[in-house]
Amino acid sequence: ATMAATKASKEQKYDRQLRLWGDHGQETLENAHVCLINATATGTEILKNLVLPGIGAFTIVDGHTVSGEDAGNNFFLSNNSIGRNRAQAATELLQELNGDVSGNFVEESPDKLLDNDPEFFHRFTIVIGVQLPESTCLRLGSVLWNASVPFLICKTYGLIGYMRLVVQEHTVIESHPDNALEDLRLDQPFEEFKNHTNSYDLDSMDKKDHSHTPWIIIVAKYLEKWLSEHNDQLPKNYKEKEAFRQTIREGIIKTDGGVPEDEENFEEAIKNVNTALNLTKVCGVIQLIFYHSSCVCRVFSLIHLPVRGTIPDMIADSQKFINLQNVYREKAMQDAAAVSKHVECLLRSVGKPPESISEKDIKLFCKNASFLRVVRCRSLAEEYSVDSVNKDEIASYMDNPDSEMVFYLMLRAVDRFYQQHSRYPGVYNYQVEEDINKLKVCVNSLLQEYSLSVNIKDDYIHEFCRYGAAEPHTVSAFLGGSAAQEAIKIISHQFVPFNNTFIYNAMSQTSATFQL
Amino acid sequence: MAEMDEPMVVDGGSGVSFEWGGRWSHIKKFLERPGPFTHPDFEPGTEALTGFRNINVVDMDTIDVSNLNRQFLFRPKDVGRPKAEVAADFINSRVPGCCVVPHFKKIQDLDETFYRQFHIIVCGLDSIVARRWMNGMLLSLLVYEDGVLDPGSIIPLIDGGTEGFKGNARVILPGMTACIDCTLELYPPQINFPMCTIASMPRLPEHCIEYVRILQWPKELPFGDGVVLDGDDPEHIQWVFQRSLERAAEFSITGVTYRLTQGVVKRIIPAVASTNAVIAAACATEVFKLATSAYIPLSNYMVFNDVDGLYTYTFEAERKENCSACRQVPQDLHFQQSSKLQEVLDFLTENASLQMKSPAITATVEGKNKTLYLQSVPSIEQRTRANLSKTLKELGLTDGQELAVADSTTPQTVMFRLCFTS
Repeated sequence: ATMAATKASKEQKYDRQLRLWGDHGQETLENAHVCLINATATGTEILKNLVLPGIGAFTIVDGHTVSGEDAGNNFFLSNNSIGRNRAQAATELLQELNGDVSGNFVEESPDKLLDNDPEFFHRFTIVIGVQLPESTCLRLGSVLWNASVPFLICKTYGLIGYMRLVVQEHTVIESHPDNALEDLRLDQPFEEFKNHTNSYDLDSMDKKDHSHTPWIIIVAKYLEKWLSEHNDQLPKNYKEKEAFRQTIREGIIKTDGGVPEDEENFEEAIKNVNTALNLTKVCGVIQLIFYHSSCVCRVFSLIHLPVRGTIPDMIADSQKFINLQNVYREKAMQDAAAVSKHVECLLRSVGKPPESISEKDIKLFCKNASFLRVVRCRSLAEEYSVDSVNKDEIASYMDNPDSEMVFYLMLRAVDRFYQQHSRYPGVYNYQVEEDINKLKVCVNSLLQEYSLSVNIKDDYIHEFCRYGAAEPHTVSAFLGGSAAQEAIKIISHQFVPFNNTFIYNAMSQTSATFQL
Repeated sequence: MAEMDEPMVVDGGSGVSFEWGGRWSHIKKFLERPGPFTHPDFEPGTEALTGFRNINVVDMDTIDVSNLNRQFLFRPKDVGRPKAEVAADFINSRVPGCCVVPHFKKIQDLDETFYRQFHIIVCGLDSIVARRWMNGMLLSLLVYEDGVLDPGSIIPLIDGGTEGFKGNARVILPGMTACIDCTLELYPPQINFPMCTIASMPRLPEHCIEYVRILQWPKELPFGDGVVLDGDDPEHIQWVFQRSLERAAEFSITGVTYRLTQGVVKRIIPAVASTNAVIAAACATEVFKLATSAYIPLSNYMVFNDVDGLYTYTFEAERKENCSACRQVPQDLHFQQSSKLQEVLDFLTENASLQMKSPAITATVEGKNKTLYLQSVPSIEQRTRANLSKTLKELGLTDGQELAVADSTTPQTVMFRLCFTS
């Protein structure tokens, strides 16, 4: 097949997801190489949701052989694969999901690789570790942290799902917020906008034009009048805003009989007064980014950001709307060009060529300036160390009896059990009763070590023995979707990843995110 | 962690064994062991496990290339084949002992005798109309004796839906918990652009595309008389795309692309594998709980959103007092004697709790069944059209009169009671 034909068929196949992360997002996926450690049900479900959207390549690291149990809960293993290496068996059935993806496997345990060749992991865009014991997580976590390779830890334990993201600094330019405020600058109108509103004279317009004037112009005009009558002070409280809305209401054309006509654009103006008068300021999150990170937009410091350049749709005739839209678009282009100049200077000053950051990237950055996000996760070492454990977060959540935090502590306790007994509690029926006390000892030693004065009900300890480290398929699949999307966020740098611990409770169908 | 079980040999009907040691190991922990969080009705047991064997799948669609990014039971070679059949084949071959029976049909093509046979129904439908229909079907199967609901006639409905990075899963016990219609307000009606904007004041590229779709195509019939715009035909989309560019150029509007054109014409909703996996998993978990009583099922609605981190919200949707679908009592309709039938029709379609599509209204007038208005059959529509501009009094309707309304949103007619206001 020719290059063009392949491209066209990929566009068709991936159409529904391209509408979410665009061609540039897709490109990052196709250049990614994902490492999955352990092809358990959870692992293969995660990988399925990465192979289908077309990541470039995956490598499964797994030293286990397929057991009867594995074949029983894993859609990507068959009873025919029992006895074969699990990495190889799973790779076959995952590979056939999508011919665009290159599937590889390494028949080795991660611990062995860490012993002999830790740099093996440096080649990956992201490493996803599934059903790993604590010791392996900590070792691997340290290697990946130092190599700046994002690490996503996932575990299905009975009806509980767990995810932990470990990434030092992850920047997001395109966060695609659900409810972004518009960037209209009505409180600080720029020159070109002021000139544009001056070209309108509401009082001398005919009815058709009057009723099809964009609400942004209407608010700007009446605001001008208000400021001149109120000592340049914007309407601040409810009373003043209501009075301001009233001035607009009075601007609606009336019939000879004094009845207000139907002017939807004026109704829009009145409705939007509240948000239109939002002060243009750099929000707290963005200020933090400029201050701390190596982001390039320092020139705008803490005053205001480049104009976004978009306006919402509104009742208006085509020409008035397009002209107004162009005023904002051109201002945005100007601001982006100014940023570009400063970027060039900055790059020169650190000895880098000006083309190091493309025009396209600068424009994207400026357009998203109000929604830039940086995610910094604490390392596993910090989470686990007695000196830096997030005691306050844990204790405060444990105050609420319904909080999912108890499951985090139980998973930690179960890890402790594994360390001591080289097995998980309650795997065989006869062990369930006797392991309850052993697990309780682990719970108590965990709480004591971290000086956590919280109470964990016996019911949870019983339940976690009952689970017998089972990995039910439906819980694995829920994590499969969740983890895959977080991995896609890391790879594409679009949408915001969680920070840093996610717990899913399939019993109640609830979840929570903690920063530990 | 290998467990040496006695392999359970189960005869699948052909004498072939579908079992192997450890197959049910992960699941057995939830079925054989007592626990502190199980359903009050749960009884741990070690009866022979067979898994979910008998599954019927109903789907009217065939496989399209754009499905392959997420519908993992389908491959490029399957494009054009019925989804139900390919899915059944795949599962039957991948999961030994599982017997999926496909039905390449609309859900509406099957009747009570079909649906009555199931213990649980799971839906992943792509429209609210279809959901309401299934909801109505299961409600119609309920048996009331002396006004008391027979719990044996309840078939639980698990419904899942997704859009981009958002999704929801809900458990409905028809006749007992909130049904689809009880929470109709959770789904606000689709907003279409106003015609005057499309016809004379376009501002967005979408307006230009809608102009071509709604006004230009019917006028120019570019592919012949009677040839309706087919969103799946690339040539049709190309034609709309070109004309939309022309329209946009007239008004100096930028942003018309082929992708946008297709999205607007087909009303495409973006979709990825991950969100669907999450919601499907949640639904499957609920099927497991209902089938085994291992845990108390979701009560009763969960929403999911992973645009920013991962967010879930779980709540108990309440039954509506006067739900037109699941309450046994006819709903009151308040109109004046002088109101026209058209007003009643408008109410049935526009009211947020009813949102009917094209209701057919009949009443018993002077002992005879009278069709007041019916849109879906052209001859009857012509015959009854004049009634729309008649008043309720002129039509011979009386206070307290019952009206029977049929609509695509429900398999059973909905009864209303006319209450005249002064």
